[in-house]
Amino acid sequence: MLFLPELILLLGTLSLFLVSLGSPAIETLRKLTITVSVLVLIATLVCLKQNGSLFFDSYRVDFFSQLFKFLIIAATLAVLIFSERSPGIKSDVKAEYYVFLFTGVLGLMMLTSSVELLAILVALELSSFAVYIMVPMRSSNSAGALQMESGIKYLLFGVMSTSFMLFGMSYIFGLCGSTYLHDIASRIEPLYYQPAAIVAMIMIMAGFFYKLAIFPFHFWVPDVYEGAANETTAFIAAVPKIAAVAVMIRIVSLISAEGQTVVNLLLVCAICSMFYGNLSALVQKDFKRMLGFSGISHAGFVLFGLLTLSSQGYATSIYYIVGYAAMNLACFLVVCTVASSGENLAIEDFTGLHQRSPFLAIILAIGLFALAGIPPFVGFTGKFMLLVNAFKQGHVLAVVLAAINTAIAIYYYLSVVRVAYCSDPEGTAPKVVPGAMTTAVSVLLLIVIVAMGILPGAFLHITSTAVGTIL
Amino acid sequence: MDQLLINQGFPLLSALIFLPLAGAFVMLPFKSEETCRYISLFVTTLVALLSFVLVAGFDTSTAAFQFGETHTWIEPLNINYTVGVDGISILLVAMTALILPFCILASWSYIKVRVKPFFICLLVMETAMLGVFVALDFVLFYILWEAMLIPMYLIIGIWGGPRKIYASIKFFLYTLAGSILLLVAIIWLYWKNSYSFYIPDMMWQPYGITPQVLVFIAFFIAFAVKVPMFPFHTWLPAAHVEAPTAGSVILASILLKMGTYGFVRFALPIVPDATLLLMPYVLWLSIAGIIYGGFTALAQQDMKKLIAYSSVGHMGFVTLGIFVLNKQGIEGAILQMINHGVTTGALFLCVGMIYERTHSRELSAATGVGKYMPVFVTFLAFFSLSSFGFPGTNSFVGEFLVLAGTFEFDVTLGLAAIPGAVLAAAYMLRMLQKVIWGGPNNPDQSWITDLNSREIVTLAPFLLFVLWIGLSPGPFIEMMDMSVTELLNQFNAYKAQSVAAVDILVTQ
Repeated sequence: MLFLPELILLLGTLSLFLVSLGSPAIETLRKLTITVSVLVLIATLVCLKQNGSLFFDSYRVDFFSQLFKFLIIAATLAVLIFSERSPGIKSDVKAEYYVFLFTGVLGLMMLTSSVELLAILVALELSSFAVYIMVPMRSSNSAGALQMESGIKYLLFGVMSTSFMLFGMSYIFGLCGSTYLHDIASRIEPLYYQPAAIVAMIMIMAGFFYKLAIFPFHFWVPDVYEGAANETTAFIAAVPKIAAVAVMIRIVSLISAEGQTVVNLLLVCAICSMFYGNLSALVQKDFKRMLGFSGISHAGFVLFGLLTLSSQGYATSIYYIVGYAAMNLACFLVVCTVASSGENLAIEDFTGLHQRSPFLAIILAIGLFALAGIPPFVGFTGKFMLLVNAFKQGHVLAVVLAAINTAIAIYYYLSVVRVAYCSDPEGTAPKVVPGAMTTAVSVLLLIVIVAMGILPGAFLHITSTAVGTIL
Repeated sequence: MDQLLINQGFPLLSALIFLPLAGAFVMLPFKSEETCRYISLFVTTLVALLSFVLVAGFDTSTAAFQFGETHTWIEPLNINYTVGVDGISILLVAMTALILPFCILASWSYIKVRVKPFFICLLVMETAMLGVFVALDFVLFYILWEAMLIPMYLIIGIWGGPRKIYASIKFFLYTLAGSILLLVAIIWLYWKNSYSFYIPDMMWQPYGITPQVLVFIAFFIAFAVKVPMFPFHTWLPAAHVEAPTAGSVILASILLKMGTYGFVRFALPIVPDATLLLMPYVLWLSIAGIIYGGFTALAQQDMKKLIAYSSVGHMGFVTLGIFVLNKQGIEGAILQMINHGVTTGALFLCVGMIYERTHSRELSAATGVGKYMPVFVTFLAFFSLSSFGFPGTNSFVGEFLVLAGTFEFDVTLGLAAIPGAVLAAAYMLRMLQKVIWGGPNNPDQSWITDLNSREIVTLAPFLLFVLWIGLSPGPFIEMMDMSVTELLNQFNAYKAQSVAAVDILVTQ
């Protein structure tokens, strides 16, 4: 029962593997993948209240991890539904693509439960390697050879950050003599005066900086976003980040009050991410690249919540990453639906979207306004709460810098809304009609974006309870 | 919470705020453009009628916030939905509610494409604008203040003129960038006031002088961009010129007032020491705005631009009145906010009516229409006279009070403001002369038709208020008198207290 969601996912992946040996029709694959993820979704809901340990205590099942598992599979399901027939994926490897996708999700779900350094590493690599392979599986007629380049970049940067993390783990093991997080927590506390402890913590976090795309481990983002298929990018942009936040919370909570140096370093990383992401996004022409850079700046905001080292800050970080996933998925939903043959979209390609599909134009506008942090959407409420928490910890200058970033970011989000709403297409552009399930998903995302923005109380309560179970 | 009188009966303020939003939702399923027009007219009229109930029930004998409502909203952060009106906001609320139906009427035939979204934007705007004036929780205020940008951006960006893209983005960026630091100031105040966002509790607190100055600067940038004060005004002409008529009216009549309202509501009572310290600079910026607005308006060929620059000048008078910090000054400033809303709103409506006929805002294309549009030029003449403060019209009373307050404060300052009043007469009469008579080479205007009954109905109430406030300003001033007196009393008490504190420090 403790392992039920992962088990179902594993069985689903294996059955997909069997199917992939033949030559399945895309419709069969679609039905199969959606069924599997719905089953896993139900399983995570059923197991939400489970509590226990597995595998020699290296695998904790608690409300915290179960909540994250639910969020991960829900976001995956959304991606699967709105990618429709996944036109951007090479048609002869579609089945294999889904096998790797589910393997990646499995790794991410296991990551949220891992409380031991080796378990974390194994889960992380399981998810990473699956996703490395997904990137070059893009059909070449929609992107030329771009996907190969980005696949290699993703792999190399990933391996590099993993090696940093492993090196850091070896230090931790040397200092504390244990790979269990709860042992480390008590043993590392008096060691923060030692540079080794600080270096070790920073290096361990490098691996998750890479997943979250935080400066200085963000270099893969623009190229991978551009080179990967639209649906793959949607997945990379949302799902691994959710899982990364879960582990980051577990690791950051190892920092005690003496670890102020680490906190200051994180603060610098957060601010640099915001400025780097926002300033680079200003000049982008490709919509996915722009979202990539915007993702870097949002990751900076998430880090802002983590470095407060308070349970309120962690709860807000979870709130923010969930909101970010919803806003981002809303934007990618529009990308996937508008790019009907899986091509990359320039910002100009949204010209006159309000005529081609008024519904998608609204989704895009609300998604972007929310990302920009305009109230009453979730982006504003999240940023506001993060700033309040950081302010309480005394990071006043950082709060001012973060606020300035919000102003910078407006411009590029607005320029997309501008072409979608305020300019008319030359000639007659084809209408875009989203499918019924995609429409349902978009309405759901819209409700999440607005409801979390206006009534964050209930959601914050859930995340605080979740954080409470691990502290 | 003793500054807030809780309203036990019908939640009037919430009804005012949320009716337009509800109207926008009701409109969603309807396809017919005509239905949408009627629904929005009905909803805004209903809100206007409710605002009469509000004004009738307003108690002028207390300075507390009335019709108060408070509900828990976001508990973990102690954010509440708290609203209430006092003498400073009541007239602005009433004006907002009354102007909106006429904006709908003015857009009746002006807006031809994407009619339904336009009216939805207008109604959402109304919700946000009313909310800003009655919000007593700083987060509620900030959310509405920012949320307003989206519909306004769309109104300019979709239904605007040829340079709409430039104008709408400039509007959005200026206002948003301006109010970013306001958010930081709000968080600081929240932290200082034992984690409460309740605005009345933040007032008259002994914050240190350095944080006060910083908070004042954050307030000042946010509000000065909105007013707009010289030199933050450059977004205004662009936005005014490109916006559709209803958008220009809302911008001029209501949005600009939020900046000056912010000064009276927040800057004065929350950071009084900083206000005293920085007052001279703000006053001279106001003078600069008055003179600059006057001279630039004099040189404009585009009627909307002319009125836009005249707004810079008029709003300069308002900030001047606020920061001389005496009773005539502040009361004149608040009255002048209303006057500017009525007069400039009406002038934009007039320009819109000309534009619907000639499809040009150029002064040269509208010369000499007096012969063919007698009713129109009569209205225009009255509003122009009002705009430069002709005795008997509303602006005379307001400007007189402001200038009286200024002279009481400092004669040099008063003398510096006088050329502004003269310039106003010059540019308004120049426009009036051209539009009514023109010159020997007028274009052929004989095909032009005079106002229809819908347009007369739109303009007549504005004229009524121009003359009513002009001839009998008593009731209007009485509405705000208690609150302004209380504000100044508190201000002087605070000043005396801090002076005493400094004395003690010095003697020790």
